[in-house]
Amino acid sequence: MKMQEKNISENNFEQCIKCTVCTVYCPVVPVNPLYPGPKQAGPDGERLRLKKGLFFDNTLKYCLNCKRCEVACPSGVRIADIIQSARIKYTTEPPKLRDMILASTDFMGSVTTKVAPVANFALGLKPTKAVMDAVLKVDKHRTFPKYASKTFESWYKKNVKAFQESFNHHVSFFHGCYVNYNYPQLGKDLISVMNALGYGVHLLEKEKCCGTALISNCMIDQAKKNAVNNLESIRKSVYERQMPVIGTSSSCNFTIRDEYPHLLGIDNSDVRDYIELATRFIYRLVEEKKVKMVFKKDYKAKIAYHTPCHMERLGWGIFSTEILRMIPGVELTVLDSNCCGIAGTYGFKKENYEVSQAIGKPLFDQIARLKPDFVACDCETCKWQIEMSTEKEVKNPISILAEALDLIATSEANK
Amino acid sequence: MGTGVRDNEFDVIIVGGGITGAGTARDCALRGLKVLLIERHDLATGATGRNHGLLHSGARYAVTDRESAEECIKENMILRKIARHCVEETEGLFLTLPEDDLAYQAKFVESCQAAGINAEIIDPKEALRMEPSANPDIIGAVKVPDGAVDPFRLTSANVIDAKLHGAKVMVYSEVTSLIKEGDTIKGVETFNHITKQKEKYYAPVTVNAGGIWGQHIAELAGAKINMFPAKGALLIFGHRVNNVVLNRCRKPANADILVPGDTICLIGTTSSRVPFEEVDNMYVTPDEVDVLLQEGEKLAPSLASTRILRAYAGVRPLVATDDDPSGRNISRGIVLLDHETRDGIKGFISITGGKLMTYRLMAEWATDLVCRKLNSSETCVTMHTPLPGSEKENIDEISQKTWSKPGATHKATVGRHGARAVSIGLNDEYDASLVCECEEVSVGEVRYAVNELDVHNLVDLRRRTRVGMGTCQGELCACRAAGMLADAHKCTDRAKNDLKSFVNERWKGMYPICWGDTLRESEYSQWIYSGVCGLESEGCETDKAE
Repeated sequence: MKMQEKNISENNFEQCIKCTVCTVYCPVVPVNPLYPGPKQAGPDGERLRLKKGLFFDNTLKYCLNCKRCEVACPSGVRIADIIQSARIKYTTEPPKLRDMILASTDFMGSVTTKVAPVANFALGLKPTKAVMDAVLKVDKHRTFPKYASKTFESWYKKNVKAFQESFNHHVSFFHGCYVNYNYPQLGKDLISVMNALGYGVHLLEKEKCCGTALISNCMIDQAKKNAVNNLESIRKSVYERQMPVIGTSSSCNFTIRDEYPHLLGIDNSDVRDYIELATRFIYRLVEEKKVKMVFKKDYKAKIAYHTPCHMERLGWGIFSTEILRMIPGVELTVLDSNCCGIAGTYGFKKENYEVSQAIGKPLFDQIARLKPDFVACDCETCKWQIEMSTEKEVKNPISILAEALDLIATSEANK
Repeated sequence: MGTGVRDNEFDVIIVGGGITGAGTARDCALRGLKVLLIERHDLATGATGRNHGLLHSGARYAVTDRESAEECIKENMILRKIARHCVEETEGLFLTLPEDDLAYQAKFVESCQAAGINAEIIDPKEALRMEPSANPDIIGAVKVPDGAVDPFRLTSANVIDAKLHGAKVMVYSEVTSLIKEGDTIKGVETFNHITKQKEKYYAPVTVNAGGIWGQHIAELAGAKINMFPAKGALLIFGHRVNNVVLNRCRKPANADILVPGDTICLIGTTSSRVPFEEVDNMYVTPDEVDVLLQEGEKLAPSLASTRILRAYAGVRPLVATDDDPSGRNISRGIVLLDHETRDGIKGFISITGGKLMTYRLMAEWATDLVCRKLNSSETCVTMHTPLPGSEKENIDEISQKTWSKPGATHKATVGRHGARAVSIGLNDEYDASLVCECEEVSVGEVRYAVNELDVHNLVDLRRRTRVGMGTCQGELCACRAAGMLADAHKCTDRAKNDLKSFVNERWKGMYPICWGDTLRESEYSQWIYSGVCGLESEGCETDKAE
């Protein structure tokens, strides 16, 4: 009898044996008594919700979707997926204007970059912050990331697109909204590094926001549209141009690889293995001796690496830290595994500000004790949170690599 | 009425705390009688708590037993009104699979309609839209007004109402003999398992509502009832696979009903004759588990990969008709015996046969006879008097009215206790904290059950609140609940022994299906209770001392 050989249900919540280790690892539970915790909100609550939707508890919105519960679970239960799916399925209130603004990174970015100097000035003003705090409930302590006056994409097309074809190897770059609208320098750094390693960097035919913020604000229809669009472009890159896709943001990567199939129900199995973080891609090339990195002789830095939650879930922190360790003159400390508390748009919301800062406190304290030159991290929202809450600058490992590499010597070595 | 002067004198004594006894106690109390309800274990421990929990539309009996079918549909409509918090109006489907004869469907629908059951043939595609878990290969589907009913809740609600109307309820009191003077039963002698006292109670009428065990009660009176115990085994799955009752559209056979019940679903049943001596010791065999799975998977294919929580079996109290004591002619209908006309024994009646669905009607018939014997002209009102907690509002309305921000725990509590949940304290942080996490049972609810609902041990508590009925089967909740009982009874030794027997009782149900994640979970539970709590070693020492 074949029956019951594999008794795992679709949502796999029945594999939960109630050990409760997820609740121990949840960063929200110790600081927000209103949140029932991942076990109760996830596998336990799901049984009640399957009975009737009215058992959906609105307190599930306090979940950060950091996935730390899933990393902790010894039974492989996708706890955070269960919680987020329930929010998607049962939340009846339409998203607030504030949430729509915060989540529409693409739209806001494309509008704001056109008036960047004015917008940056205005967003930094105390009266603006006070109004946003009072009217939109965006917490006044928050500093909005600065908008660039020119998008990464337009810089790319004007300055570097033409000579990317001259390389022997090629990759596509999923730059994400942050690189495009706020910090094109990170994209430029990636191109410098990849070009030095002998790789031409190309943009996807059409890139939309990955949808991380749309999903966490339950704007699912828009998230699905973006996902379908992105996967179409990724498929073209992978199958028509034989170019794998790399990125610099751990959350964009995580969302495209895991949230698309798990939360949006969009199959990506044919391309999932071709999407990864640049640090992992480079690490493999170095390990397989396909590329050489030549570093500046005088580069010195004391770096503290913070592993973003989604990086923990991907299990990829090791690639970024190993890349940093390859740099002579780097003194690297990997910070304790803690959530920084921002969780994308979560920490920007006034009602979450205190919880957000309380979650991040152990991390901020450790950074203060260590006194590094700067912090390294693969996630842009962690960067904003750490820069706001500590005195340290936060750099993406790719930017650090761009600073530490002798780019000319590296280019020569990889010809 | 209410003629009894002394504490141990009543108008009527009802023996048996199943749904029939509870319903009869309520009906008698509502008609102004002074009632004593006696149960040797806890409420709903026998066949009442060991069935599908199906709110039959009667469709299942329509072809073979018109009378039962008609009773079922009438009672079905009544229970939807009077027992709202015990009933879930899920609808039901009768599915024809490729291996079944589609010709049976026409006969089935015709019989249903003749019995007054609204059976409607629908497109199989429509059936799959109604219930996506149903087998996609079905070639026919009929929609019927089936539903789900929680037998524990239903029994408890009847007892609450009986008590509100002056009835005395004694659980853990066993009838050891009937007090007989000449040809008249004058009362009962009992042994109270809690106080260890022998007691005597008197009433002009004693009602035997002992179900399958009623054969023994009748023997004590000197009457003979031929019971034919038929065992039925069921499997409980870890979550709701279906939200609509699924039946096979064929002649009633093994494992052809899948019922959603609270947070779980159940497949059943088997049917096999067992010797009377075995009725107190029901176990589920590997063959029964295989049959249930094989047939169950045909109704809902996902059962093949869904975790099973437990297996259990109950005994149907089937009665041989009086003119055929050999048992060839077994009745599935209601059997009301006036032992005065039947056996010449005055002051003693038996109400048996029947089913959970028809308990109210059984109680009505029995109470009518009691009233005739007591020369009372009071008439039955139970067909339109809601049970306590089943007043008009639904879960959402009650929750919104009672708490400022009702969460899952509040709503789950209202789901179990209906409108009576408003008297359960959940505002204070401690009272709102959870004892049972799988089923969202709070400290406040446990305290309410212990104080108000005749709870003496953890198994009783499970029947009143669902503590320990969830996926973990007592792993996390049992020790917390035991702690609360130790406080309530001011005795830790009693609580420890209680915890041990509760954990063993949970294990009994897990044993026949213990593989996969249920096996993992049971190993973890054992580690907690033997390894961390030291329950096993404690047991060994006590055993040695004995």
